[in-house]
Amino acid sequence: MDLQTITYLFVGATFALYIGIAFWARAATTGEFYVAGKGIHPVANGMATAADWMSAASFISMAGLIAFNGYGASVFLMGWTGGYVLLALLLAPYLRKFGKFTVPEFIGERYYSRTARIVAVICLILASITYVIGQMKGIGVAFSRFLETDYDTGLYIGMGIVFIYSVMGGMKGITYTQIAQYCVLIFAYTVPAVFISLNITGNPVPQLGILSTMADSSTYMMDKLNMVVSELGFNEYTTQVMGSKLNMFAYTLSLMIGTAGLPHVIIRFFTVPKVKDARSTAGWALVFIAILYTTAPAVGSMARLNFMNTIQTGPVGEVNANIEYEKRPQWFKNWESTGLLKFEDKNGDGRIQYYNDKNKDFEEKANSYGWKGNEMVKVDRDIMVLANPEIAKLPNWVIALVVAGGLAAALSTAAGLLLAIASSISHDLLKGIFMPEISESQELMAGRVAMAGAIAMAGYFGLHPPDFAAGTVAIAFGLAASSIFPALMMGIFNKKVNRAGAVSGMIAGIGITMLYVFQHKGIMFIPGTSFLGDMSPSWFFGISPNAFGAVGALVNFAVAIGISKVTAAPPEHIQHLVEDIRVPKGAAAAAEH
Amino acid sequence: MNNNSGYWKENLRLVSVLLIIWFVVSYLFGIILVDTLNKISLGGVGLGFWFAQQGSIYTFLVLIFVYAKKMNKLDRKYDVHED
Repeated sequence: MDLQTITYLFVGATFALYIGIAFWARAATTGEFYVAGKGIHPVANGMATAADWMSAASFISMAGLIAFNGYGASVFLMGWTGGYVLLALLLAPYLRKFGKFTVPEFIGERYYSRTARIVAVICLILASITYVIGQMKGIGVAFSRFLETDYDTGLYIGMGIVFIYSVMGGMKGITYTQIAQYCVLIFAYTVPAVFISLNITGNPVPQLGILSTMADSSTYMMDKLNMVVSELGFNEYTTQVMGSKLNMFAYTLSLMIGTAGLPHVIIRFFTVPKVKDARSTAGWALVFIAILYTTAPAVGSMARLNFMNTIQTGPVGEVNANIEYEKRPQWFKNWESTGLLKFEDKNGDGRIQYYNDKNKDFEEKANSYGWKGNEMVKVDRDIMVLANPEIAKLPNWVIALVVAGGLAAALSTAAGLLLAIASSISHDLLKGIFMPEISESQELMAGRVAMAGAIAMAGYFGLHPPDFAAGTVAIAFGLAASSIFPALMMGIFNKKVNRAGAVSGMIAGIGITMLYVFQHKGIMFIPGTSFLGDMSPSWFFGISPNAFGAVGALVNFAVAIGISKVTAAPPEHIQHLVEDIRVPKGAAAAAEH
Repeated sequence: MNNNSGYWKENLRLVSVLLIIWFVVSYLFGIILVDTLNKISLGGVGLGFWFAQQGSIYTFLVLIFVYAKKMNKLDRKYDVHED
């Protein structure tokens, strides 16, 4: 069977599975629609949370980032896992005890303020939409590359699948589908990693493979990689950094706080039966996430090694050691046709030279070899995971599996985000603020309509991706880190923070983060409006815009606590509410709503 | 109320200890002291690099399960557990 048939088979089978689950787990009440009736076992919920959290970015982009940034990419590994410690210790059990449906609902009630609730809804929707656009794009790209449909058709199919199981099943349908999607994606991620680790190091466990020696010599794999990249003028893999140490510190902190403040992750903790379960759910979620995240460094480093060795087949400087362009492998041609990989024969020798031509120390050597600049003019980092099995010459079914896995990652995250958007519209805006008198069945209907609307909107942005889609990731994490997380944490740990403090803290936190991102990346990301320039010399203490959420969060904490000190303390019943959510006892009653 | 404030104090103490470890393995070992720790080699990889890409994640896992276990015990000690 050829690759395309197998790919259709794998993708078709997984899609049939997701729809089957959706029929089986239909939601009948708002409780089931928003929080799956609070009846999901912690292990199952942890698995669903992991699928919810690990997006197309984790599945496709992260290993590529690691491959080309080496040690510097550690910020993503630590940042996107360490946030779960904050979630488990500082938020999850208390939000579960509070026992409502949405994040803005907690903020509105704790700070006895509709304004606070509306500000939270706005932050939530902005952060979630940004993410959904990225998932939709991932779905379209995966389809167009591997099923050879056009991008638009791929996107419509993806929207249709998400529509069926999320509108019908709500959180209940989404949760059970996500469990299936987790299994597909983790299998798809680890199988090629095991094969490649076995090929390169002889050790089938990728986490140990990176600590092992090469299969064909006694050199350690990482030493070998360091040698290969530095011989071509690139930075040494295990020590190359991303900006300054302060930047890496702030970047990691932003991602951690942002993770703990992203609404589609937080609402998962409303779905467990007990406070006790909320604590362990975070642990189980991290177990399932860690399987992928500890494999990613192996995937990244081994993909880099394979990639370098494909082009530079022997000692640097020998003419025959650079592969002839005409003899390039099939995967190289496939990716060239997508435009994500580009070659330009600068010295006209018909061979490919891939090296770091920005390295001044290496320039002299390169000149003496007759090289006239790096000829791999484009190597898109995002192709690494998808191309990896082809580069390592793995069988076709492994490649098909990776496609199904990438789609599972994108679909599961899209569904979780869409639910967060839909519930904040139907529950917070409609039921909570504008039409409090609607009945449960009307609210359930409104939830479904909001979900369908959110899918249509996400699809629209997927078809017409705004130019700023890539840049908005900074905003999504910035918003979550600088507004939602501090408001939630202070709501639980500081009884004295009042309405005025929380609202001004959130606004100050978002405000300064947005201002910083805009002044370096352009107002609303319009090119040419970045009045301070995007380059590192103009960064505040060398902190990149993507890493600024941590500073925004600190500002939020400081402003909220400062303002609360000089204004009236929260009313008595709010202080009692805080005391009540701090102890697990009585959680069942709270869940009755 | 006294009962609950004792519970809350013990909870805060536990959370502080765990968050200090959280900070040490990621920010201290993985970023601030990475060059020093990299002098110790572990299978061709510096220890600082290993903490940044592997060790910190394993530690995070242990931290959450320790927290869940200790809190469940604490709930019973102060009789604030569910059902």
